[in-house]
Amino acid sequence: MTETTQMARLGAVRPTAEIVAARLKRRHNAERRFRAVGLGAVLLALGFLGILLFTIVGNGITAFVQTYVRIDVTFDSALLGIEGDTGPDALAAANYQAIIKQSLYRTFPEAKTRAEQRQLGAMVSSGADIDLRKMLTADPSLLGQTRSLWLLADDDIDMAVKGHIPRQQGIAGNRLSDNELRWLSELESRGAVETRFNTLLWSSGDSREPELAGLWGAVVGSIFSLVITLLVSFPLGVATSVYLEEFAPKNRWTDLIEVNINNLAAVPSVVFGLLGLAVFLNILGMPRSAPLVGGLVLALICLPTIIIAARAAMKAVPPSIREAAAGLGASKLQVVTDHVLPLSMPGILTGTILGMAHALGETAPLLMIGMVAFIVDIPATPLDPAAVLPVQVYLWADSPERAFVERTSAAIMVLLLFLALMNLSAILLRKKFERRW
Amino acid sequence: MQLLILTVVLLALTGIGFSTGRRRALAVVEGNPRLLHSLPNHHGYLVALWCGIPALLVVVGWLAFEPSLLHALVISALPPELAEMSDERLSLVYNEVRNVALNGQTAGSDAVAEAARHYLSLRQTLFGATAVVALVLAVAGLAWARGHIHRDLRARNRVERVVTVFLVMASTVAIFTTIGIVLSLLFESLRFFHFVPVSEFLFGTAWSPQMAIRSDQVGSSGAFGAVPLFAGTMLIAGIALVVAVPLGLLSAIYMSEYALPRFRSVVKPMLEILAGIPTVVYGFFAALTVAPFIRDLGTSLGLTVASESALAAGLVMGIMIIPFVSSLSDDVISAVPQSLREGAYGLGATKSETIKQVVIPAALPGIVGGVLLAASRAIGETMIVVMAAGLAANLTANPLEAVTTVTTQIVTLLVGDQEFDSPKTLAAFALGLALFTITLALNAVALHIVNKYREKYD
Repeated sequence: MTETTQMARLGAVRPTAEIVAARLKRRHNAERRFRAVGLGAVLLALGFLGILLFTIVGNGITAFVQTYVRIDVTFDSALLGIEGDTGPDALAAANYQAIIKQSLYRTFPEAKTRAEQRQLGAMVSSGADIDLRKMLTADPSLLGQTRSLWLLADDDIDMAVKGHIPRQQGIAGNRLSDNELRWLSELESRGAVETRFNTLLWSSGDSREPELAGLWGAVVGSIFSLVITLLVSFPLGVATSVYLEEFAPKNRWTDLIEVNINNLAAVPSVVFGLLGLAVFLNILGMPRSAPLVGGLVLALICLPTIIIAARAAMKAVPPSIREAAAGLGASKLQVVTDHVLPLSMPGILTGTILGMAHALGETAPLLMIGMVAFIVDIPATPLDPAAVLPVQVYLWADSPERAFVERTSAAIMVLLLFLALMNLSAILLRKKFERRW
Repeated sequence: MQLLILTVVLLALTGIGFSTGRRRALAVVEGNPRLLHSLPNHHGYLVALWCGIPALLVVVGWLAFEPSLLHALVISALPPELAEMSDERLSLVYNEVRNVALNGQTAGSDAVAEAARHYLSLRQTLFGATAVVALVLAVAGLAWARGHIHRDLRARNRVERVVTVFLVMASTVAIFTTIGIVLSLLFESLRFFHFVPVSEFLFGTAWSPQMAIRSDQVGSSGAFGAVPLFAGTMLIAGIALVVAVPLGLLSAIYMSEYALPRFRSVVKPMLEILAGIPTVVYGFFAALTVAPFIRDLGTSLGLTVASESALAAGLVMGIMIIPFVSSLSDDVISAVPQSLREGAYGLGATKSETIKQVVIPAALPGIVGGVLLAASRAIGETMIVVMAAGLAANLTANPLEAVTTVTTQIVTLLVGDQEFDSPKTLAAFALGLALFTITLALNAVALHIVNKYREKYD
């Protein structure tokens, strides 16, 4: 009762239209605020994506070039330890580190103490001798001569040149000593420092030395795994979908299969890794760290994706096509193989590519089956131990050297590039062959 | 290598089977396929199946039984002084024999070298026998099937029956996978619970599996109380949901109710990219960028923040699951009938009032289901927490401290050198069983909610 009298009194003070207008203004403001909050949420999510990609690219783009230093190297047979014997075996076993060190000492004669000489020797990568060995084995007449050569720099020098390690002298705890920084500046003033396209990143396997570590082993491992995954999951997935969509009677058994498939799609991938460890490795005795086992586990993981996509594609084929084929005397299987499958193939392939893209980025189950080993060699068969791209990212991300941050980011860029290509081809496939009945 | 050659030869024989079958079928009716019951191709397929399937079964059987057969034969042929050892020593010796024979390791004793030679020759003989049997079966099958081709042979029906059997078998793979997961988890967990009682695992508050080998530990077997892991998992997943649910839901509302079609067609795929980025990339991002950022921010505010704080891992995980929440909510919001919105507009509600008071309540079951699915995704997520969360099993609710999760521990326990029978490695399977059960239950509840309320407005 008091409320109504109050309202009546208020109404007497302010006309109704004014109240409504004020409330309308408030409501419209609330409307605008709500809309802005929604847009803000979208932009914030996109902003996170932007920051993520920006960080990765910003950290990784420099990994595609590598620093080289020019040094006059003398192929001194006494230092190489091959006096008199210039057969190919002797050349292959010669001590190339020694002539690199000697050449460095000659370039910077002020390095007198052992500590200084050690610092000087560490400026060139411990893998630089491989190039010299190749050069001398190809042309033994170089023996005794002096050549001005570009040698692969150590990762810390590389980081300093790229600006990831401070160049000012006298910073406590810097990875590079003042001596090394001074020598580096001197080399730069002579024009003896250069960055070149990083071919090692694309051609070599893993290494403890960041400047020598490459992605090729992981790329090959990923390709092997994905081929196995495709060979296993595509036929199985298509066969399952054909059975469930075209043949299976609607009963408890097929319901059970469907519930199972949907549940498998939601099982955490690390559990599939446990399955692989218990069944493939411990019961069936398959080799650890092999792309074969990795591919099998990944096949089980992406099987539900493929089945769900393939069934959707087959459902989209209109029944009139099946009926027309059956009317012409085709058997049930002929209807499927000659009409339903060809018509739904674009959709099935799109789903398969997306499943493969998912499998390419999967890491956790592969850790379970031992694909975290440090593997230098490029795998030759799917039975050899290998790493895959995401596992390589994980391994490098664990390494303390600053140069590995750059390599990790570069590996991520390569991984994302592959994923983008796969998704793009799936989108194009869908666009090109999508058919509406 | 030999196996590869054998397989290629068998495949080639199968191909030959197909073409001879086809030609034979045509020859039987003098080139007039209309007289045949089945198409010539079906006759070809039938001969190929007769040729290929028995031979391939033999090869698969050899692959399956070779190791155990070789093991039994080599052990029985060992000299008595080796053969009388205990089973464990014997399996060591057998491993050495295999290493000598296959990897060119130098033999420790003459007996082992002899056994290695025996192993190799046995293997060769067995493989030769298998190859001969397979080839004979293939050729015999080919000849038999080819000989039985006549114009009324129901080749198509037979081929289709075989194909149907294959289809049924393929569809059971999903079931076998589930059974495999459940059995392997259960079996290893039961072995784990021999060492550690279930109650201690589920309710114990101390987790230190790393020290399980030291004899002066509690019960000389480490501590396997998983409560800190469950709490850490919940904390990180909770932070992730606090980030992802508002952001995902609001973006879904904006995208489905406000955004112009062009904006939507550009931005929606970009948001989906977040779901397509591999989790290891998020882990790297969390460890390299977000965790130091949060630590520095906390330090500048005068807080102590662990360098592997739960907040960093949860935040990044939240970013990862935004697209799950948003696309699932988008679907259910779009499924709310237009008539409900028009009714609200007709009563004078603004768009935001309609959304808040009509659309969201109508879509709520679906949204809750989506959030539960996202939660199960967050609980099962592995790489982000492995790389950005810590290993210390702290029982805390402070997001600035380091916690560890179930998945992190599974990976840590199983990566690296391990003997398979220790409680330490078996604990990973018990944790896996817990994880599997929880995610399955969450999914079942989510699907139940979604299905139960879905048809309300249809």
